[in-house]
Amino acid sequence: MNDDDSKQATLAYALRLGDDSLVLGQRISEWVSNAPFLEEDIACGNVALDYIGRARLYYGYAAELAADGRDEDDFAYLRSAREFRNYLIYELPRGDFAFTQVRQLLVDLFNTGYLAALAGSRDATLAAIAAKAIKETRYHLRRSREWVLRLGDGTGESHRRTQKALDDLWGYTHELFEPDALELRLAAAGTGVDTAALKPEWKRALAAVLNEATLSLPADDWAVRGGRTGYHTENLGHLLTQLQSIHRAYPGCRW
Amino acid sequence: MSQEKLELFEVFIRSRRGLDHKHVGSLHAQDHEQALEYARDCYTRRSEGVSIWVVRSRDICASQEEDSESFFDPSDDKPYRLATYYKLPDPVDNM
Repeated sequence: MNDDDSKQATLAYALRLGDDSLVLGQRISEWVSNAPFLEEDIACGNVALDYIGRARLYYGYAAELAADGRDEDDFAYLRSAREFRNYLIYELPRGDFAFTQVRQLLVDLFNTGYLAALAGSRDATLAAIAAKAIKETRYHLRRSREWVLRLGDGTGESHRRTQKALDDLWGYTHELFEPDALELRLAAAGTGVDTAALKPEWKRALAAVLNEATLSLPADDWAVRGGRTGYHTENLGHLLTQLQSIHRAYPGCRW
Repeated sequence: MSQEKLELFEVFIRSRRGLDHKHVGSLHAQDHEQALEYARDCYTRRSEGVSIWVVRSRDICASQEEDSESFFDPSDDKPYRLATYYKLPDPVDNM
């Protein structure tokens, strides 16, 4: 890979990570003023802000690599759904509270392994972002793990809803561990993360929590893929419509 | 989840090393672990602290208004318990 290729690949990679963070951050922020009670409302807002902050760092780095005048706002607000490369699991509607916390558990465990690996990247900026983000993610995991334990091993209804959320989400977890050519190339260069290598530990840690929460690991009988190639569920368009509306109506507006 | 099923906790934050924990407010949570996390989320998000204590409000034993007379009034006429009551010899400059 020559320097320019490598720069383009890192730019695409940073955008993917920025998209993951922005889309999930937006989803979690939907709980603000809707959470079950005040303390949880503030806690959800904090998690959402951690992700939005992370998106800014990745997009800021992408802008630096692009060096064509685009800035973080251009990446966040002026691209269409087909141009977003986030994993599908992040764009699914927030669902009920059990769905939100089960999704968090799945992705917090994933990100714990991912960011630990990325923190050792040869790319100093990506490594620095990961080193900052993993502290946040360890806290997020503490929350989502405890919520899944509470809900899974709670009342009959909370158990049923939590298991259903897990079943409904399961098919979206597979693509997390299926790196494409670009990701494998960057992993081989010591810049990116080979997510396939993270799966055994992810599954082991997840099984331990589910077991304690009296939940069962779903069967691997269906999978939906496409986030990294820009083929999204219908939910992303709706999410972006809301996320981008102000910027598109008042380009460059500030307050 | 309804708030009635949650318990009330009091939150104490140590803002810097070397200082005391100070009462900053209260919150609802299901248990100590969750209370600690909510305290982190509600009371330290602008870097207010380096250590948190939480305690169930019902575990705090508080003096009552009607205790005031017997508890606090007796010290009103005992100024000799204050350092300022004593006249220091001049050589003891600043104390």
